[in-house]
Amino acid sequence: MLQETVTIIAYAFISLLVITIYGLTLNGLVMKIVARVHGRFGPPLWQPFIDIIKNNAKRTMIYHGTMFFLGPVFRIAGGIGTYLFIPAIHGSEVFANFSFSGDLLLVMYFFFFGQLGMALGAGESGHPYSAIAVSRGLAQMTAFEVPFALSVISLAIQYQTLSITGIVSAQQGGILHWTVFTNPLATVAALIALLGMNMHSPFDIVLAPQEIPIGPPTEFHSAYLGLLQTNRAIFNLAKLVLFMNLYFGGATNILILIIKTFSIYMLSVIVGVSFPRFRTEQSIRFFLGIPTILGILAVIFQKL
Amino acid sequence: MLKNQENQPQKLANAGLPEHEKYLFCDARPRIRHPFKGFWEKFLNWARANSIWMLAYGTGCGAIELRPLMTARYDVFRYGIAPRPTPRQSSVIIIGGYCSVKTLKRIIRSYEQMQNPKFVLALGSCTINGGMYWDSYNTINRIDAYIPVDIYIAGCMPRPEAIIAGFKKLKQLIKSGKAEGANLYAENFDWYKANQKKIIKDWNMPDYNW
Repeated sequence: MLQETVTIIAYAFISLLVITIYGLTLNGLVMKIVARVHGRFGPPLWQPFIDIIKNNAKRTMIYHGTMFFLGPVFRIAGGIGTYLFIPAIHGSEVFANFSFSGDLLLVMYFFFFGQLGMALGAGESGHPYSAIAVSRGLAQMTAFEVPFALSVISLAIQYQTLSITGIVSAQQGGILHWTVFTNPLATVAALIALLGMNMHSPFDIVLAPQEIPIGPPTEFHSAYLGLLQTNRAIFNLAKLVLFMNLYFGGATNILILIIKTFSIYMLSVIVGVSFPRFRTEQSIRFFLGIPTILGILAVIFQKL
Repeated sequence: MLKNQENQPQKLANAGLPEHEKYLFCDARPRIRHPFKGFWEKFLNWARANSIWMLAYGTGCGAIELRPLMTARYDVFRYGIAPRPTPRQSSVIIIGGYCSVKTLKRIIRSYEQMQNPKFVLALGSCTINGGMYWDSYNTINRIDAYIPVDIYIAGCMPRPEAIIAGFKKLKQLIKSGKAEGANLYAENFDWYKANQKKIIKDWNMPDYNW
């Protein structure tokens, strides 16, 4: 019993460590790619690691209240929670995490958990830009959740299960078994929702660096910011791994996981470097338009 | 060497604030934060030197030189330097040239909101001796008397190459552990405050902007 518990905890730590390092490297790589698009050299690949060390090495921290402390904690709890309930590699014991038969619903809940905690923390910091960005973020989140939820409902009807492991198993046995080929409408709706989730242009209305610098984390500094940056890597990867599992057949080893998550992320990056930022109402109307219709069609076609 | 601060009063008067607003602001003194010793501090200093976030606040005409720094021509991102829109998260404030009395107040507020360790880079001859504004009625001549400066970059205006050279010099200072401006500010806090209050007549902010 004790040995099993220790093994499970050790596996969770290994899984989390690998994904954090990969996530931070991916962030560095994307900074590099964006810089090359701009015609610059860009920061070194390991810049996110140095930034996190530097932020944690700051000697002073300011206190704004209890929720201000708890905001980053909730955020990273949301990130780790999301990741640890998604089976990252199909059939692997180390990367199976804490997947169980209803995990898809729990994961969709955890997506919101961190952002709601962060909204409370940013609210207590008292900065006006934080309040503006929180209202923008929650509005946009509600909007892109509609096509994503419809897409997940369509998948639940298609595979008759709410278990991510079950959905991945059903897609094994060849590239044409992937959801992207068996249910393209749901995939397109969810990938458009992913653009909103990843907060790259044109949907970066929350951080909006030149407009409301820089949104919810305006007052967060030192180790708070270090936590938020670590979460950014973990949560980002959790989303990508979930999308890989749901729509692109999952992964059977770490190399395939890296290739697939990188390719899915490139969608956001390519769209991000190509388009300028939407205004808030444009972004919300966009998600409630064509992506939602695609999601509804995906559900209808599955029920036919 | 850094002195011990035990003999100084621990609370600030915040005399510039109206009575009904005093409870809104923190009245603690800034304290010296002693660095770690040995290898660990060297490692942290290496990280600080390679991840310099500068406050994107143009205080004078020199701010115009910071735009080409960040764009494709000079690209300071490759040295780990990035602009940051909020003083809370930045570690370097750049005094871009002449500093009027009005701007000095904002510089002090921004500088004090930054977290220890923090560094100051002063551009142009105006920050050293007033430059062409040395006898102007509303600019100050030496920024060093109001906040502790780590690196001066001479010129009017210094070219982006000169600013990059200044950043490299700052990195050397940080790595060797000599860039302790925030501790210097805390140590000589009363002197800096007296100088600042001599210039800024309408002091309607707390004595230290936490």
